[in-house]
Amino acid sequence: MDREKVSLYTQRIITSPFWVLVGKEVRDHIKSIRFNILMVIILLTCIGSLYAALTQVRDVANNIEAGEELYLYLKIFTISGENGTLPPFVTFISFLGPLLGIAMGFDAINSEKNNKTLLRIMSQPIPRDYLILAKFTGSLFVIAFLVIMLGTLIFSLGILIMGIPPTFEEFIRVFVYLIMIIVYIGFWLALSILFSILFKQAATSALSGIAIWLFFSVFYSILVNLLVTASVPDQLFQDAQGANQDKITTYMRLSPNYLFSEITTVLLNPGFRTLGPVTMEQAKGAIPSPLAINESLMIVWPQFIGILALSTICFLIAYTIFMRQEIRS
Amino acid sequence: MTKVIEITNVVKKYKEVTAVNQLNLTIQKGEIYGLLGPNGAGKSTTIFMLLGLTEPTEGELFIEGISPTKRPIEVKKKVGFLPDHVGVYEDLSGFENIILTARLNGFTRKEAELKADELLQQVGLSHAKHKKAGKYSRGMKQRLGLADTLIKEPSIVIMDEPTLGIDPKGIQEFLQMIKELSVEKGITILLSSHHLHQVQQICDRVGIFVKGELLAEGDLDTLQQQLLDKHTFQYEIDTKESSDRVESFLQTKYPKLRTSVYEGKLHVTTKQKDNGNLVKTLINDGGFHLLSFRPMSYGLDDIYQQYFQGGDDLGSREG
Repeated sequence: MDREKVSLYTQRIITSPFWVLVGKEVRDHIKSIRFNILMVIILLTCIGSLYAALTQVRDVANNIEAGEELYLYLKIFTISGENGTLPPFVTFISFLGPLLGIAMGFDAINSEKNNKTLLRIMSQPIPRDYLILAKFTGSLFVIAFLVIMLGTLIFSLGILIMGIPPTFEEFIRVFVYLIMIIVYIGFWLALSILFSILFKQAATSALSGIAIWLFFSVFYSILVNLLVTASVPDQLFQDAQGANQDKITTYMRLSPNYLFSEITTVLLNPGFRTLGPVTMEQAKGAIPSPLAINESLMIVWPQFIGILALSTICFLIAYTIFMRQEIRS
Repeated sequence: MTKVIEITNVVKKYKEVTAVNQLNLTIQKGEIYGLLGPNGAGKSTTIFMLLGLTEPTEGELFIEGISPTKRPIEVKKKVGFLPDHVGVYEDLSGFENIILTARLNGFTRKEAELKADELLQQVGLSHAKHKKAGKYSRGMKQRLGLADTLIKEPSIVIMDEPTLGIDPKGIQEFLQMIKELSVEKGITILLSSHHLHQVQQICDRVGIFVKGELLAEGDLDTLQQQLLDKHTFQYEIDTKESSDRVESFLQTKYPKLRTSVYEGKLHVTTKQKDNGNLVKTLINDGGFHLLSFRPMSYGLDDIYQQYFQGGDDLGSREG
């Protein structure tokens, strides 16, 4: 009886118009040249950096003193190639991830509008929000699939090359990190979907997305440093200097890129005990040992909520505008 | 006869502009109703309101008793909509395109495929069903659109300038298809157009729509009568003498007569039918050399032209 109910329920989900739209979205992405090019780029760079890291990992392991935990799998993500020829995986992902998000969303709504397919979908008996929800869900599915695939690829390559299986803690840390990547890319996806609603031309919307991405990844830190140092009269006093540093960190945390980099650091370096500046008094008496997984998670919790909140805000604005927009062009 | 579409006192304003003004319209089951009017007359706005895609500023609309403003999804289950430019997913084949629509209407994949096959056969696209829809010609896209509209098994089909941009032969085939649809499946059809001849061919009733107002409505005969003022008669007089002279002569003789000179000929408008007096007066009293005298009548074509060209004047006068 229960099984029947379940099968009926799944049947209803499969035939529900929402999942039909999600399915179409997923299929469109997988078939699109744009996504495939990006996927190949991400795969190639990641495999390249992984290869470099795996060849280096022996030296790293040699340097670890006896009795210390190895965390080799976390190292794979963070160590760069010989003489720094190839940046580590985390750098690549924090660089290419937003690009992937932007690329998947920048023409979500405006292409439907320009193609007049929006009108066709809207004249079917489905609620209006199905379309935008399906766009977001479908793209996020594809992103999640790609990221999880990368993660499992790393584990399997690691086992193949190093011959050491990952510990449970390493697995959890990497898994949480992968989920963070998905959420982070989700933010850029929501932002670019917002732009796809605001701008009629796909090119305008893509460029706006890229402009914001560039702003946060390059100019924002320069701007914050400039403004904060300019606002403090001089740096003679240590107190002022500390306050200065605090201020910079606070302002930097408005940037999703910075939040994500903090998450990455804490999750993949168990040795990181805190984020931001630490005074001598605070550090005094601390035992220099790696943090347990739940403690690391506690440190990045605010950062995670920050990124989630930013994505939600972007998506909500997009949703509201879309629901109120006139369908006719 | 049951009322399928009911529009009462609908007003739609966009900021300053009134797109639709106090529209009243009823369409019966199984009818083909043509909404005829120039571009920007408010035809599309009316259609969008019927589909629940735009809300009226005032007034009410009902489709089979359901208000599209309040319950758009139920209305969209019954109503198929064919826009002037059918939007197709260019990367999908024509077949896949209409299967998507079918599945959005709650059909399973299997049902959808069966129906899609049948409909594509009907609209004559079976040969190209696996071709990418982006490669379809304009006429093919429009036929695909028709299949797309029909796959949800609608009881009403609304078409907004469905023949726009199709070649003449294609138009004929398309109109034929629409006609058959109405007869075979008993579907009520509302179509908007600015082509009188197309509307004339297939519509049971026509409404002339100018500047957001329905000026005249009915089948073609009553329309003709409505538009022609029954109590005025017009005659064209051609004489050897100059028309101006004839005009001044007639003006002194009958001060109430309305006259005008058009292309060298005199046009006379009277309130009653002429019983030969006019000619008699012209020849006997005026001594003119009468070349021709003929009563003028307007065809629907002329009237329609008049509405279109002088649309502004007529529209504002009526309003």
